[in-house]
Amino acid sequence: MLIKFPKASDVKGSEITPRSVFEDRRRFLKTAAFAGVGAAAATLPLPAWARGKPLDGVVKTKWSAANMPENDPINEYADVTGYNNFYEFGTGKTDPAENAGDFKTSPWEISVEGACAKPGKISFEDLIKPHTLEERVYRFRCVEAWSMVIPWVGVPLGDILKRFEPAGDAKFVYFETLFDPEQMPGQRAAVLDWPYKEGLRIDEAMHPLTLMAVGIYGEVMPNQNGAPVRLVVPWKYGFKSIKSIVKIRFDSTMPPTSWNDANAREYGFYSNVNPEVRHPRWSQASERRIGELFKRKTLMFNGYEEEVASLYKGMDLRTWF
Amino acid sequence: MTATMTATGGAARTKQRDPITWYVKPAVWVLCLAPLAWLGWLVFEAYTMGGRGLTANPVEFINRYLGDWALRFLLIALAVTPIRILSGWKQAVRLRRLLGLFAFFYVVLHVANYVVLDQFFNWAEIWSDIIRRWYITVGMAALLSLIPLAVTSTKGWIKRIGGRNWNKLHKAVYFSGAAACLHFYMMRKGIQLEPIIYAGIFAALMAVRAVEALKQKVP
Repeated sequence: MLIKFPKASDVKGSEITPRSVFEDRRRFLKTAAFAGVGAAAATLPLPAWARGKPLDGVVKTKWSAANMPENDPINEYADVTGYNNFYEFGTGKTDPAENAGDFKTSPWEISVEGACAKPGKISFEDLIKPHTLEERVYRFRCVEAWSMVIPWVGVPLGDILKRFEPAGDAKFVYFETLFDPEQMPGQRAAVLDWPYKEGLRIDEAMHPLTLMAVGIYGEVMPNQNGAPVRLVVPWKYGFKSIKSIVKIRFDSTMPPTSWNDANAREYGFYSNVNPEVRHPRWSQASERRIGELFKRKTLMFNGYEEEVASLYKGMDLRTWF
Repeated sequence: MTATMTATGGAARTKQRDPITWYVKPAVWVLCLAPLAWLGWLVFEAYTMGGRGLTANPVEFINRYLGDWALRFLLIALAVTPIRILSGWKQAVRLRRLLGLFAFFYVVLHVANYVVLDQFFNWAEIWSDIIRRWYITVGMAALLSLIPLAVTSTKGWIKRIGGRNWNKLHKAVYFSGAAACLHFYMMRKGIQLEPIIYAGIFAALMAVRAVEALKQKVP
């Protein structure tokens, strides 16, 4: 029999916020915004089959729900999984949830290439298994001026990348999404130059906040959210957090990225959340938090200024937007 | 009232009833209000029964929905003349003003949603949008170009300006249509099919007019 002695850092079951509680909180805010009208609102619980498999061994971290500011409650599961920008499955916000149902995420292989000592192909399981899964509750800010608070489950990207022993001239990390128009109907139209490409500077990739996410709400990542494995870079606009990754490459020069290729004037390589740098389409000074009626002010680096501002010391963020 | 009229009017009178006034126009009213009624239902459902028809971002959904219908009605109004040209159904023109006013109605709702729910009367932000964001600049141009047309849509104004001038003035709607299509295209990220389809329909409607105009010049 295995007797487990709890460590001080272990999380007691009683500390974990029940899913229903954070969902109810969002519902309450939403209805409160439309004061009176929604007083009778009833939250219909999602049927069990609509939810993902629970992930085992997820540990709490200092970025867990308990440490989030009071005014950043976690968004509803239905909103996080029903309102997505994932153009591979269609350009409408509800298209991914409608079209990604049959997407095959197993087996899944990731090709690791470029300036590193241990390149090669690795299965999704082998990529993740050596690591401890962590709960990371992050603000997620879309370039379209809406935002959510999402309880991700994942592994710090840096920990994964170190296993491949990046070379000294690996200054950037490049990522690619699966290209499979059979499964991804959105790729049949030339909305973007497929496959989707993203990249980070190596120090951004190695930053402890940067997450390789494999789940949300303690469960396996739903297809529409970028299953089986996606990036989460909470201080950058959402499109930097590339989904359904099949390629990781260490580069010595700045790699191409999809939205920058499509429109360099609008989407920079860095794309850090910055309320002071206006976007030609959206004023980035404020955002609409999903579940709230009125806009709130956007925070510098999406509220992660303390953690990441030093990465950009001496850089003109208006030039390097 | 209706009952009395039917009772006293008899079959002969019913026959003389103008079908456009009595049947087609009421049907157009119902059809034109249907999208708004549907939106009303979605709002009601979302805030009383937890319906998800408005998506996670109701303000954005309402904005897109009203914008879509504004553009659709604008194209429907612009289709009246081509339909007359192609089918020879002259009576169609009698529906043009009504359809045009419904297009304007949805444009106003679309903009009202932007001003009230989206920006909540933040005039500084709205002004900044208009001058800095090209797709909003173009959208506002479309709205402004429609205002004089809506204002002069009454019989009194037709008389005051004179039929010929009125027709000339109302050709400004071609600009509105083009601006609306461009506004939609610019609003979408990347190269998307939907705005291209709308622009294609607009181009086709204009082409029918152009061919007709050429025919009349070269008999």
